[in-house]
Amino acid sequence: MSTRKKQYWELFLVFFKIGAFTFGGGYAMIPLIRNEVVNKKLWLSDDEFMDMLAIAQSMPGPIALNTALFVGNKRSGFKGSLFSGAGVILPSFIVILLIALIFTQFKENTVVERIFRGIRPAVVALIVAPLLGLGKSAGINLKNIWIPVIVALSVWLLKISPVYVILAAILLGVSHYLFAKQTLKK
Amino acid sequence: MELTDLLLSLFVSFLKIGLFGFGGGYAMLPLIQREVVDVHGWISVSDFTDIVAISQTTPGPIAFNSATYIGYTAVTGMGFSQGYGVLGSAICTLAVSLPSLVIMTAVCAFFFRLKSNPWMQASLSVLKPAIIGLIASAALMLMNGHNFIDYKSWIIFGVVLVASLKKVDPILLIMLSGVAGLFLYPA
Repeated sequence: MSTRKKQYWELFLVFFKIGAFTFGGGYAMIPLIRNEVVNKKLWLSDDEFMDMLAIAQSMPGPIALNTALFVGNKRSGFKGSLFSGAGVILPSFIVILLIALIFTQFKENTVVERIFRGIRPAVVALIVAPLLGLGKSAGINLKNIWIPVIVALSVWLLKISPVYVILAAILLGVSHYLFAKQTLKK
Repeated sequence: MELTDLLLSLFVSFLKIGLFGFGGGYAMLPLIQREVVDVHGWISVSDFTDIVAISQTTPGPIAFNSATYIGYTAVTGMGFSQGYGVLGSAICTLAVSLPSLVIMTAVCAFFFRLKSNPWMQASLSVLKPAIIGLIASAALMLMNGHNFIDYKSWIIFGVVLVASLKKVDPILLIMLSGVAGLFLYPA
């Protein structure tokens, strides 16, 4: 195998492993990705990794996929990102497809329904729990707490599409910056 | 509905989810729920909660997991064969990943200029707190009569919340809640 080909398959395998062994998605995957990419393979330095993470988190889409695509592209160009991206997607694709095939057969089963009656409130609790820690890392304080409050209320109560909320947030940030720049000039 | 129409609207919906899914994971839930439950009615809100539960116990990001699962159930739910269901899964997964592929390719080309770009910093200053609001709305939207059927649901919610804040493993908590469901809701 040529070295180029070997690089592609190595990317695929490393991210397949990451995709297969990280439960809970996004934030749970970061230490594992760092260990593989920075410590074991030496594809990125620690500084590069932290910069890349900041970018991957600021862009739309799953963080794990964005990270995989970035590392693949840095290592072997666009084609490399196709291999790393496919690697990180495939494990969950296979697992969920199997579950969909099986679960849809058993959904009417009363035992399964009783189990899920217990699980559903737990799902909501697991979404609420990390909010406090995330709020801190997103830099929420008394001056900007109105932003998440208004977003939550407009999506939940007013049923406004998150698409518009996100566009409004970007517009507000940019116009605030423009305004600050104007007043600075004067 | 024609199969091609269904596959096309699945593709467009998940493309939208990938394109506007800032913050990843839970922050993408309100967007996914709006598209697949409220707008298109491909699945019910209880089914949607079950997908989130399955995502929390299986590897991989929630966006992929829901794309794969909803692609399959939406197609087979309309009476098409399992083979077409697998095709639906593949189309949704591809659609949700495409925006990331395009954007990250551009990012890699302009990486160092983007990092300190003031426009980017300016958008993020509001976007980051907004993402916290989106996650909160995901939780609020799921606190409904389908998922919280009686006081026992709230007890499970409270116990799991406290245990999760104490860093108990989420997969273990989901399994224990399932067992609790079996005992609390006798046949």
